[in-house]
Amino acid sequence: MRKTFIAVLFFLTIASIIYSCQSAEKVEQDMYYTNGRDLYIKHCQNCHGAKGEGLGELAPPLTDTLYLKENKTRLACILKNGLSGTIKVAGKEFEGKMPDFNYLADIDIAQLIVYITNSSGNKQGMYKTEQVATDLKNCK
Amino acid sequence: MKYLSNLSIPVFFAILFCLTSCKNERKLPIYGEREAKTIKNEDGTTKTDSIYQTIPDFKFLNQDSVLITNAKFKDKIYIADFFFTSCSSICPVMHRNLKSIYDNYKDNPDIMYLSHTIDFKYDKPSVLKKYAQKLGVGPQWQFVYGPKEEIYGIAEKNYLVAVMEDKNDKDGYVHQGWLVLIDKDRRIRGAYDGTNPESVAQLTKDIPVLLAEYKK
Ligand code: HEC
Repeated sequence: MRKTFIAVLFFLTIASIIYSCQSAEKVEQDMYYTNGRDLYIKHCQNCHGAKGEGLGELAPPLTDTLYLKENKTRLACILKNGLSGTIKVAGKEFEGKMPDFNYLADIDIAQLIVYITNSSGNKQGMYKTEQVATDLKNCK
Repeated sequence: MKYLSNLSIPVFFAILFCLTSCKNERKLPIYGEREAKTIKNEDGTTKTDSIYQTIPDFKFLNQDSVLITNAKFKDKIYIADFFFTSCSSICPVMHRNLKSIYDNYKDNPDIMYLSHTIDFKYDKPSVLKKYAQKLGVGPQWQFVYGPKEEIYGIAEKNYLVAVMEDKNDKDGYVHQGWLVLIDKDRRIRGAYDGTNPESVAQLTKDIPVLLAEYKK
């Protein structure tokens, strides 16, 4: 009786630790997402739109989940250094110029990435601040 | 008593009539400077009239490299603004908002759009053409290019929009985001902040009011 009680207690503790770890991570992601949304409204919404719908052929949409997935490790570079040349997003070609945001701190970039990769139909989960430095080393 | 009730009925109708007609005829104000002018009538009497500020004659190259003048906007109301194609701050918002109005009135030939570039170095007609295509708008929306003095002059003196070159700005130019509503008599009837959704909503409401003025 006592043994089962301890076993149950042990199990519950472990479960709650795992659960709270997960939710701590979730809380962090939510925080990134919310701050990322504020940054997005301030720096990006003018071109990419409130719902990530883009602007005609002047600015591409952020609703192409495949593009954002395939280029996930390049997103930090795009935000920091801007982007030009021809790219294909959501089946359309874009030949524009996105300005650089080189004044943004790594944490801002991470929060923006969490926001754009988890809104407008995207659902890629967390992207940590430490990842920004790593990704920026590989910019082309 | 009888006398009073006899009078009160027409008075009542007069007030009612006034109230309903006033409500239907919301009129947009006329902006800018005005001067009083004395006009001689044919019978020799005189009357005073207000002369309103109007958009002067202009001549600019459009996105098709064609010289256009006020004649292009004859018998049209139009919305004018100042922008440049490489502007990365407020212009995309202004034109996103103006585009939604454009889409709304696509089938109405009485309304046009006139965007002046303030980037006289880079925004040549071919650049404007590309911009118009990418924005997805047709000839109802004209984009014009002109010498700096003329564009900057008409902006500040006539459309009352502040524009300037600014070496310290990332994009090199700064300007206000007004969408200026011009009537068929070249007068300013409204100025709306093209970056502010509420202000743009007001413009959306004012366009039919202005169009209605010419319906009679
Ligand atoms: C001045 C307008 C402008 C602003 C502001 C802007 N972008 Fe862009 N963005 C563009 C253009 C234009 C492209 C396409 C560039 C090309 O054709 O090479 C682009 C491309 C992108 C792409 C890759 C293509 C896609 O649609 O997935 C991403 C991601 C992106 N922008 C995110 C952002 C974020 C996040 C911000 C805010 C920090 C931002 N942009 C601010 C204009 C802008």
